[in-house]
Amino acid sequence: MSLENKNHQLLSKIATNDKHGENSPYFDGWKAYESNPFHPTKNPQGVIQMGLAENQLCFDLIEEWIRNNPKASICTPEGVNEFRNIANFQDYHGLPEFRNAVANFMSKVRGGRVRFDPDRIIMSGGATGANELIMFCLADPGDAFLVPSPYYPAFVRDLCWRTGVQLIPVQCHSSNNFKITREALEEAYMKAQEGNINVKGLIITNPSNPLGTTIEKETLKSIVSFINENNIHLVCDEIYSGTVFDTPKYVSVAEVIQEMEECKKDLIHIIYSLSKDMGLPGFRVGLVYSYNNEVVNCGRKMSSFGLVSSQTQHFLAAMLSDNKFVDKFLAESSRRLRERREFFTKGLEKVNITCLPSNAGLFFWMNLRSLLKEKTFEGEMKLWRLIINEVKLNVSPGSAFDCSEPGWYRVCFANMDHETVEIALMRIRAFVNGRDKGKNMEIKRWKSNLRLSFSSRRFDEKVMSPHMMSPHSPMPHSPLVRAT
Amino acid sequence: MTQTQKKSINPFSQTHNQNQNPKTESSSSSSSRNGMKLIVPLQSVVQGRNGFLLGSLIPCALFYFFQLYLKRRRSNSNSNNNPSSPSSSSSPTLVLPRSSSRSNLSSRGSISRVRLSKLASILSKPDDSLYYIGLDRVLQDPYDVFVNPNGIIQLGLSDNKLCLDLIEKWLVKNLEGSVMGNSDMNLSINGIAPYQAFDGLNELKIALADFMHQVMGGSVEFDPSNMVLTSGATPAIEILSFCLADQGNAFLVPTPFYPGFDRDVRWRPGIDLIPVHCRSTDNFNLNITALEQAFSQARKRGVKVRGILISNPSNPVGNILTPEMLFSLLDFAEDKNIHIIADEVFAGSTYGSEEFVSIAEVLDSEYIDKSRVHIIYGLSKDLAIAGFRVGVIYSHNKTVLDAAKKMSRFATISAPTQRIVTSMLSDKRFIQEYIDTNRHRIRRVHDEFVDCLTKLGIKCAKSSAGMFCWADMSGLIKPYSEKGELELWEKFMSVAKINITPGSACHCIEPGWFRICFTTISFEEIPLVIERIRKVVKTCKSSS
Repeated sequence: MSLENKNHQLLSKIATNDKHGENSPYFDGWKAYESNPFHPTKNPQGVIQMGLAENQLCFDLIEEWIRNNPKASICTPEGVNEFRNIANFQDYHGLPEFRNAVANFMSKVRGGRVRFDPDRIIMSGGATGANELIMFCLADPGDAFLVPSPYYPAFVRDLCWRTGVQLIPVQCHSSNNFKITREALEEAYMKAQEGNINVKGLIITNPSNPLGTTIEKETLKSIVSFINENNIHLVCDEIYSGTVFDTPKYVSVAEVIQEMEECKKDLIHIIYSLSKDMGLPGFRVGLVYSYNNEVVNCGRKMSSFGLVSSQTQHFLAAMLSDNKFVDKFLAESSRRLRERREFFTKGLEKVNITCLPSNAGLFFWMNLRSLLKEKTFEGEMKLWRLIINEVKLNVSPGSAFDCSEPGWYRVCFANMDHETVEIALMRIRAFVNGRDKGKNMEIKRWKSNLRLSFSSRRFDEKVMSPHMMSPHSPMPHSPLVRAT
Repeated sequence: MTQTQKKSINPFSQTHNQNQNPKTESSSSSSSRNGMKLIVPLQSVVQGRNGFLLGSLIPCALFYFFQLYLKRRRSNSNSNNNPSSPSSSSSPTLVLPRSSSRSNLSSRGSISRVRLSKLASILSKPDDSLYYIGLDRVLQDPYDVFVNPNGIIQLGLSDNKLCLDLIEKWLVKNLEGSVMGNSDMNLSINGIAPYQAFDGLNELKIALADFMHQVMGGSVEFDPSNMVLTSGATPAIEILSFCLADQGNAFLVPTPFYPGFDRDVRWRPGIDLIPVHCRSTDNFNLNITALEQAFSQARKRGVKVRGILISNPSNPVGNILTPEMLFSLLDFAEDKNIHIIADEVFAGSTYGSEEFVSIAEVLDSEYIDKSRVHIIYGLSKDLAIAGFRVGVIYSHNKTVLDAAKKMSRFATISAPTQRIVTSMLSDKRFIQEYIDTNRHRIRRVHDEFVDCLTKLGIKCAKSSAGMFCWADMSGLIKPYSEKGELELWEKFMSVAKINITPGSACHCIEPGWFRICFTTISFEEIPLVIERIRKVVKTCKSSS
């Protein structure tokens, strides 16, 4: 024990502080899910994971492509002759064909309205690594970045933990659908300056996580002029740009700066990833696209700290340069997302639960203010605990996103099959109705009804021996696999 | 974070006061280089070898030489690559794109320049380490027997290309009739696409624990639950650094050491590396007295030493720490209450008479506080799949493991790669065959290569492991200094067209030593390389 203590002192502050931000209900919800994960047959009373933004709706398309293109992998008899060239490749610039393919894909996702220069792509381990990398490039410990709230909970870990950068929230409100306003930006910036905090930039997510909304062109323009006038950086996290499934049309910052002649381009940096748009988080592809040459230079050198394996790069290069496949995939994916979201929100409307209007993302922003006993964050947490423990759904409370108003919850809808969605809806309806009646009778009823709905289960046992499962998919779960 | 106040110790702030220094790719490496340059003359004064005059001349001459060198580099590289493209950035042409970025600025912008982090402004300057410069120059003119027979041969990277055929064969045999692999490889879409545990699949940890056990001669067991997997040993070292020390703290490192340590430890964690000099007279073996000295000197300067970083088998020398030395190291660490980071990535690439003993084995044998020992491992060397980016942190310290697990989020290995590697490692018969064949082939190339060098009058340090030899060319340099070494390196580059790593890039205190990797070429290519080296040897001898 004393030994342990002595050693504790020997470690860094980073290793021993809790600035990784994982002591938040966002991650607590995951733990609740992991200790009792839902499974349609093995654990039908388990917690359904609705706190993880994963896109599993189009796995079949990817699977089909893989089956038709065995040459893409260097680890198949068809592709093994490339093994020799790839196995040793560890250049932090990334495989040229990979960067070309990704640049092409990014352009396609944005409707071909902008081109991306493969030489400006900085490789990184997932968007997580990309976000951290750009912070290391732009800010010193103690410097700050503005971030409109509500924002992605893990930003605290990704942007701040090891870099020592701090986040300053820019308050957005439900009264105008959480839009980012010039006034709010100015106010946060002013306040920071008054507090003698060195603001290095602004980071936005577009489409927004957790709101699922896209930023309108005019707003984006005013954001760009704001950062220009103050000569601070703009980091645009656009990892959900391919999930846009409805109007208004998506506008990337890359398009906006094309139109703004006066804009200082080297203040602009885009974060991208294949985890959401392609549904491939296991591949760990993230990148920074920077218009700033110096950032490209030094960011590249940091790529070694989170490089994607050459095997994976090679494989994705082939997949993403298949234009026909990419077009089909993007169209089909957004069709399925729209369908899923509509089904879900319609189901909620039946019990008078509304959501923020949205057109993108793998989640929506659910309004449960009417269910709060007290309109405080404490009330929000109380309701959240009820939802986790009794309704057995892991949704994420707004406070985890630093939301300024209590009563909002993020609900992920694309990481499960249709039957699970139905069960989730059933549970919510039963909960709300039961609450209305002051009883939990309905909950009992759906429990006994549960088994009926599994006959149509889409997933087939053979696909999933337990240890190959995503820890968060509503499929068989192995205790061996745990995401933290 | 509030470490900003600690500026006095922070390596980054130092270089900011040294703007006149043209070679500041990483502040840190340059600051220590400067440190070294000071140490060299001082020590020679003490030893009475060169005299103070020469000692103070060296830094001046070096400075001048480097200016000259960079100037030449710039004009050279103007001709190749399109200047507006930032991809040429890694080469020392980096100065170019900056002007194009300025053209993007509006008139208002050019007054108040965009500010990056201190780290970024240091890193975006041209590389000053010949290790990286060499790698870049190879990229611009790589040797190829058919396409570019006069290109530069890469002997500066410890890639092992001797046994790729074995893996290829295994893949063909085991993946026959499969799409992305067969079903027991779990390469189905649900096994690769979704999020996986960020610190690595448990299956892979188990397979790696077995592999490490096998590679280390079966004498030590590894517990998969003490592992965190990362995308390569590079992030593994960085993550450990983040865990073990705060910005401004320091690690002791025996020299000569792997040039990448500067990058992994100094850049983002901001931890300083304090060289502990080993000498040719001891065959560059570590001694505790030198460690003690470095430790107390650092303490006197007010620097907090948090650990000692060793590579065993050593890169670049290729020698192995004896069990006795490992015990002494553990005693030392215990006594000073510091950590030991043991980089053992070459554990399986042994070929000599000395037997490799992992520090894990020594820990097993006696009651020692295990929580201060952390091992780095990876598959880039022993299994030669550097592109697959598989690295391991092995630690008995729970707090470190917990923090490292969270940090592995920044450097997770891609899932399809994990599945393939798991499956390969689980074939123990194949692995044993691979290890044996690999050792045999390395030994064969090593013996031949070193033999040929000896015939040219170039002796190598005694070595037992690794993919390189540590060659003494001090007889070929003139003057006997870092400058002479740089000039010889340039000759190898431009006349012999081979890229090797000069001792200065490895922080070696004695000039004239070079690391030559011999596993990037085949046995049959040895005569070609030797012939090229002979050319340089000849010119050096004739001019003297």
